Amino acid sequence: MLRSMGFRLVSAALKEGRVTPTELCQRCLSLIKSTSFLNAYVTVAEETALKQAEESEKRYRRGQPLGVLDGIPIAVKDNFNTAGIETTCASNMLKGYISPYNATVVQKLLDQGAVLLGKTNLDEFAMGSGSTDGIFGPVRNPWSYSRQYKEKTPPKSSSENEESDWVITGGSSGGSAAAVSSFTCFVALGSDTGGSTRNPAAHCGVVGLKPTYGLISRHGLIPLVNSMDVPGILTRCVDDAAVVLGSLAGHDPKDATTIQDTFKPFELPNLIDVRKLCIGIPKEYHAPGLSSEILALWSKAADLFKDAGAKVIEVSLPHTRYSIVCYHVLCTAEVASNMARFDGLEYGHRADMNKSTESMYAATRREGFNDVVRGRILSGNYFLLKQNYENYFIKAQKVRRLIANDFVKVFGSGVDILLTPTTLSDAVPYMEFIKEDNRTRSAQDDILTQAANMAGLPAISIPTALSKRGLPVGLQFIGHSFQEKQLLTVAKWFEKQVKFPMIQLEEVKRHDCSVFQHQKSVSFL
Amino acid sequence: MSEALRTRPPPPSAGARRLGSPRPAPPHQRLARAGEGRSQGEQHHHPGPPSVWRDLYLASWVPVVGLEIHVQISSNSKLFSGSQVQFAAPPNSLVSFFDASLPGTLPVLNRRCVEAAVMTGLALNCSINKKSLFDRKHYFYADLPAGYQITQQRVPIAVNGSLSYSLCIDNKMSQMVTKTVRIKQIQLEQDSGKSLHDDARSQTLVDLNRAGVGLMEVVTEPDMCCGEEAAAAVRELQLILQTLGSSQAIMAEGQLRVDANVSVHHPGEPYGVRTEVKNINSVRFLAKAVDYEIQRQIEELENGGTILNETRSFDSKLGCTIPMRDKEGKQDYRFMPEPNLPPLILYDAKSLPVNMNHQQVVNIDWIRERLPDLPSVKRAKLVELYGILPEHSFTLLNEDGLAEYFENVIKQTQMKPKKVIGWILNDLLSYLKQHALTVKDSPVSSFLLADLLNLLERREISSSAAKQVLEELWKGEGKTPLKIVKEKKLELIQDQKELEQICQSVIDRQEDEVIMMVLGRNQKVLNKLIGLVQRATRGRSNPVLVKQILEKKLSE
Repeated sequence: MLRSMGFRLVSAALKEGRVTPTELCQRCLSLIKSTSFLNAYVTVAEETALKQAEESEKRYRRGQPLGVLDGIPIAVKDNFNTAGIETTCASNMLKGYISPYNATVVQKLLDQGAVLLGKTNLDEFAMGSGSTDGIFGPVRNPWSYSRQYKEKTPPKSSSENEESDWVITGGSSGGSAAAVSSFTCFVALGSDTGGSTRNPAAHCGVVGLKPTYGLISRHGLIPLVNSMDVPGILTRCVDDAAVVLGSLAGHDPKDATTIQDTFKPFELPNLIDVRKLCIGIPKEYHAPGLSSEILALWSKAADLFKDAGAKVIEVSLPHTRYSIVCYHVLCTAEVASNMARFDGLEYGHRADMNKSTESMYAATRREGFNDVVRGRILSGNYFLLKQNYENYFIKAQKVRRLIANDFVKVFGSGVDILLTPTTLSDAVPYMEFIKEDNRTRSAQDDILTQAANMAGLPAISIPTALSKRGLPVGLQFIGHSFQEKQLLTVAKWFEKQVKFPMIQLEEVKRHDCSVFQHQKSVSFL
Repeated sequence: MSEALRTRPPPPSAGARRLGSPRPAPPHQRLARAGEGRSQGEQHHHPGPPSVWRDLYLASWVPVVGLEIHVQISSNSKLFSGSQVQFAAPPNSLVSFFDASLPGTLPVLNRRCVEAAVMTGLALNCSINKKSLFDRKHYFYADLPAGYQITQQRVPIAVNGSLSYSLCIDNKMSQMVTKTVRIKQIQLEQDSGKSLHDDARSQTLVDLNRAGVGLMEVVTEPDMCCGEEAAAAVRELQLILQTLGSSQAIMAEGQLRVDANVSVHHPGEPYGVRTEVKNINSVRFLAKAVDYEIQRQIEELENGGTILNETRSFDSKLGCTIPMRDKEGKQDYRFMPEPNLPPLILYDAKSLPVNMNHQQVVNIDWIRERLPDLPSVKRAKLVELYGILPEHSFTLLNEDGLAEYFENVIKQTQMKPKKVIGWILNDLLSYLKQHALTVKDSPVSSFLLADLLNLLERREISSSAAKQVLEELWKGEGKTPLKIVKEKKLELIQDQKELEQICQSVIDRQEDEVIMMVLGRNQKVLNKLIGLVQRATRGRSNPVLVKQILEKKLSE
C-alpha cells in the first residue's frame, strides 16, 4: 500500500505519472484534516503546499524532477524557521511570528522539490518529552486510535474513558512523529537535543534519526541547547532516512559548527554480512524503570544479531548514570542564555507595560514563556552565577567529557554499534503522563537517549515490535561519529528482520478508499 | 580584571610623585578628620583649583591607572555577520538577521577581524594564542538584542604585550621620556547597538547599525600614574592602529573608546579601591578625566571618605566625573562558553597544515612578515635619515600624512631637511590647525611647497618674501610660487648699489641705534637694523647681504 512504503517508491510512481504531486499533496492535506484531532500540526500551509506541488508537477511533466524528494510531502517541526509560514515554538512568545528566512534544512528540502505541508506541534521551545507542554495543547499518539491498541486495550466502559485512554506521542518532536505515523506526510523534521526525535519516533512506531552533531546545519533551528541540538529525521523506513540525510548533510557556511568536508550521500546495501559486526550492549542502559517487556525485546534483538553471526558483547559506559543530571545543568544553562533574546523588543510577544524597559522585559517574559521554560531559565541562570559556575557548569562539562570518553573507549575496543532501548516503556496515557511534572518526566524519558547528545554521536530509533498494549516499542542503535552509513546499514538490516507491523487507522483506511477509489492505475495501492 | 589590576607592585613611575612628600597621616588622624569632614557635610566636596596644601597631600598618594580600550576594527563587515560597517548610516539600515538576534541565527566569524587582531597583537608585542575561545557575557539592555555579548573572557586572542609611548616632561617638547605600559590582553568582541533616550516622550529608540561590529578590547596593566601618561599611551596606540590599518581609530566617531581604571594608595600599601571612568572619547578628555578622578579620590580619602568600586562617566562640559546610574545593582554577567563558535585556531609557518585551504586559515607568520613600520620605527628613521630632532619626528607622525608630506617635499627640494622641517611644522601645520584641515586637504601640495622652498634655497627670494608667497598659495588659486613672486615683485634685490642706498637711508634714520652699535657692536641692534631694511624692501633683500653691507657701513 502507498502508505506503507518509503517515498522512494512513491517518487517512482510520480516519475511514471501514476500519481501527480498535486494529488499526493491533496491526499495528505485532506488526511491532515481528518486526523486533526491528533493535533500533530500547528500550522497547515495548504496554499503554499499546493503551489509547491504544482511547481513539482510541472517539473515532472517536463521530465525534469529535481530528485527523489521532488513532490514528496513533508512536515517540519515548528521550531525551524520557515519563511512566510508562522514559526511559533508552541510558545506565546512567538505566536504569530513569521520568520523572514528558511532554516538551512528547510531550504535544502525545498530546493529538492519537497512539498512543505505545514509545521508540527511540540513542547514549548522543545522543552519536554511528551509533546504535551505547548500552547497548542498535547499531541495525541495515532496508535491510540489504531485497531491494534483498541483490541489489546479495550476501553474500560464508557466513551468518556475512551477519550482519556489516548496515549502521548513522546517528545518533544511529537507532532512530527505523529504526522509521519498517521501517513499525513512521508518525511518530517524534528530536533533532537536529549532524545526529542528518537523518543517520539519510538512511541509512534516510526524511524527517528539523530545524526552526528555537526553533520547537519542548525542554522534556522531555534535552539534549545546549541552544543547538543541536531536536526532529526523522522521517516517510515531507514532507506528514506538515508535519502533525507544525504540531502541535508554537509557544511553550511551559516553554521560554524558544521563539518568542513563535503558529505557524500550513500545508498544502503540490501544484503549485509552481519557476521563481521560487533554489537555492544551497554549494561548501564538496563536502567531503573526499564519495563520487563522492553528488556525482553532488547535481548531478543541482541539474539537476532547473535544468531545471524554477529559478535554481541556486553560493554560498560560507566559514566552514563551521571549523564542526566549533568545534562540538566548544561541544558538549563544554555536555555537561560538562548532565551535572553526574547525581550519583546525586536520580535515576538511584547507585554503592554510601559513603566520601564525592565518592567516591560519582565512582563513580556512572564506572559510569553510557560512555567517549564521559565523554570529552566531560572535554574540555568543559577548555575551560571559566578559563585556557582565552577561547581555546576564546569563540573557538568567535565562529566560530559567523561561520558563522551566512555563511548570513545568502547568504540575503540572494536565495537561497531551499540544496541539499547530507546525508551523505558511504551507510551503512557496522557492522563497518566501529566501526573508528573515536566522536569521529572524529561529526566526519566531522556535517560536512554541523551548520552548520545552529550557525546555528539549518531543514533537511530527503529520500530521493533508492539507491546502487550498494542503500542510501538523502538530500539536504539548508536554509532561512531560520522559513521551514519554503517549505523543505517545495520539499522536497515534490523528493520528487515523485525517486520514491524503497520498501524491500522480507521481514518486512513477510509481515506485511502475515498481518495484512490477512482484511480485505475494505482496498482501500488 | 580587578584582581589582576591590583596584584602587582606599584609602578616605578609613581616614585616621582613621592619625592619630598610628607608622611601620610596615621590612620587614626585620618579617621578623626573624617569625622570633622562629615560633620561639616564635606563628603560631597568636589576638588577645586590646585592649592598648595593639596599638592602636599597629592605627593603622599600614588595614583594607579589602567586602561581598557575598545577599538572598532576596520572591516567591511561585522564580526559575526555579513552586514556592512559604516559610520552615520541611516538608523537600522545595516542590520542582518543575526544582528537583530532573530531566533535560529548563528554567528560566523569574520576572518578579516581575526587578522586585524593578530596584526595588532603582534604590533603590541603580544604572544598570539593559537587557540582562543569565545564566551557569552549576559546582561539585559535595549541595544543588546541577544541579551548577551560574544566576547573572549577566558582565552583571548593575544596576551602579554607592551606598548611604549613617549611624553614630554614639564610640557617641554625638548625633554621627552619613553615609558612602557604592559598589555594584559587583546580580546575580540561584538560592539553593542546604540540607545537614544527621548526623555520628553519617555521612550528609548534603538539603532542596531553598530550592533555586532567587531571590536578589539585592549586591556593594559595599571602601569600609568596620571592623565598625561594615559593620554600619551592611547595616542601612541591610536597611531599604531592607524599605521596597521586594523582600525581607523577615530575617537570622534567612537572607533576608539577608553575606560580608565583609577585608584590611589599610599606608597608601600596595597592598591586602593578603583573606580572605572567609562566611555571617554577623546585623548584630551582622557587626561582630564583621569587627573580629575585621581584628585577626587585623594580628596575623598583625605576627607575621611571611602572610594566605592563604581563606574563613573566623564562630563566634558563640567570637567568632572560623575557616578553612573547603576541599572541593576551589581552585575553578574553569567559568562558561558559560546557554543556556536568552535575554538579559534591560528597557525604559524610550522603548524600550518599542508592540505589546508589557505583561504580558511590565518597564518601568524604571514601577517608578521607583512607588518608595516610602526610609528616608533618610522620616527627613528626620520631622525636618522634627515637629522631632525626626535620631538619633530613625533609631530610629523601625529598628523596623518604629515611625515609623507615632509618626505615628498624633501625629495623635490635642495633645501636641507633640518630647514624644511621648520616650514612644515611652523607654517604648514599651524595653518592647517588654524583652519581645521587635514594634511590631505592642504591647499598647498608638497610639490608647491618644494617649489617655493627651492626659490628660497636658490636665494631668489628672502624667507620673509617666501612667507608672503605662502600666504598667497593658501588661497589655492593655482598660481605657481614663481608667478606670485613675479606678480608681487618679491624677487631679491640683486642690485648691490640699490641695496646699499636703502641701507644707508635706514642708518640715517636710526641715529641712536647706530651710535649704540658703533659703541658696543650690539648684535640686537644690528638685527633691528636688518629688520628695518627688510621692511623697507618688503622682504626683498638678502639678509646675509644686508648684514654685510650694514656692518661695512657701520665700521666705516
